[in-house]
Amino acid sequence: MRHITNTLRCLSFVLLMGLSTVSAAQENAGDLKIVVEQPWARASIGTSRPGGAYLALRNEGDVPVYLVGLRADISAMPSIHETQTNDEGVSRMVPAGDIEIPAGGTLALEPGSYHIMLMKLQSPLVEGETFPMTLLFSDGLEMEVVVPVLRIGARGPEG
Amino acid sequence: MKQIGKILIACGLAILAVLFIGWWQVDGPGAASVPGKRSQPLTEMDFELTNQNGEAVGPKTLIGQPSLVFFGFTYCPDVCPTTLSDISAWLDEIGPDAEALNTILISVDPDRDTVEVMAEYVSYFHPQIQGWTGSDVQVASAAAGFRAVYEKVMREDGDYTMNHTAGVFLFDATGRFVTTIDYHEPREFAVPKIRRAMQSQDERAET
Repeated sequence: MRHITNTLRCLSFVLLMGLSTVSAAQENAGDLKIVVEQPWARASIGTSRPGGAYLALRNEGDVPVYLVGLRADISAMPSIHETQTNDEGVSRMVPAGDIEIPAGGTLALEPGSYHIMLMKLQSPLVEGETFPMTLLFSDGLEMEVVVPVLRIGARGPEG
Repeated sequence: MKQIGKILIACGLAILAVLFIGWWQVDGPGAASVPGKRSQPLTEMDFELTNQNGEAVGPKTLIGQPSLVFFGFTYCPDVCPTTLSDISAWLDEIGPDAEALNTILISVDPDRDTVEVMAEYVSYFHPQIQGWTGSDVQVASAAAGFRAVYEKVMREDGDYTMNHTAGVFLFDATGRFVTTIDYHEPREFAVPKIRRAMQSQDERAET
């Protein structure tokens, strides 16, 4: 019993830690109980290569929500991809389709896993600047996120 | 009785055929560039590429110092910049000793990754990282030596992307293959592995 209590304490501490790192970019749109954490993108070299962006989505509601796509003026063709690495160590990217954010759970888009591909960039992603994009969820719900652009060698939201 | 003998011979032939097919695919001529196989030593490789300064380079260029070699392409939005950033962080962690380490990105997309493109791309990461490219044939011959694989895949926007071996190959100063750092391996394992490749050269020098 004591073990369980300790586990619960530990869990609530972890949750509190999580809350304190929530980015200023979070938004709660209408019925959508999704919190956006730590969005970031890598600076691009010009516009000929696809850009990459990442974030985490926390579902504070009690029903699953699906991330189904996105819009972004900076890209003529934004989409969500997943990097998969097989047993032979070969990596490939596949379009992700609809991704579930479980009730009370978090979906992380991070290097080497799910990521936002900003294909056909309309302008370069410049370090230190930000750009808006709109995440599209199941049931037609949308949410705008402001994404800071970090250096090309960034490894995560902290740079 | 004759019947049984025939069955036994047939079974024996079938077993031999299966063994032969197995040998052909695993160790025989059918085994060329099977993914997951160990890289050849640098001393047994034979390829020529061009570095970011326009100089001719090859496996012999790397012998004399421990080496870290990986495959990628500059139009890659996720895996390659992540690998380059990871490697930059490892080199920073190793500190001044890292100056003795050849750190080479070989492009699997030579059509777009010209020498000029590679020079600009690697300049955004750790100064130690070099970018090598070449013709399609030259890159294929380099990849075969490392047992690395890659393929061109069309993307939904009409452009193409490359599937490729994402691990990092480590060699000691004599060119002996030491180990691989896999893409999804925890970061804590990477630096000790690199140090092992750097040490195995010292051990060999002593013996």
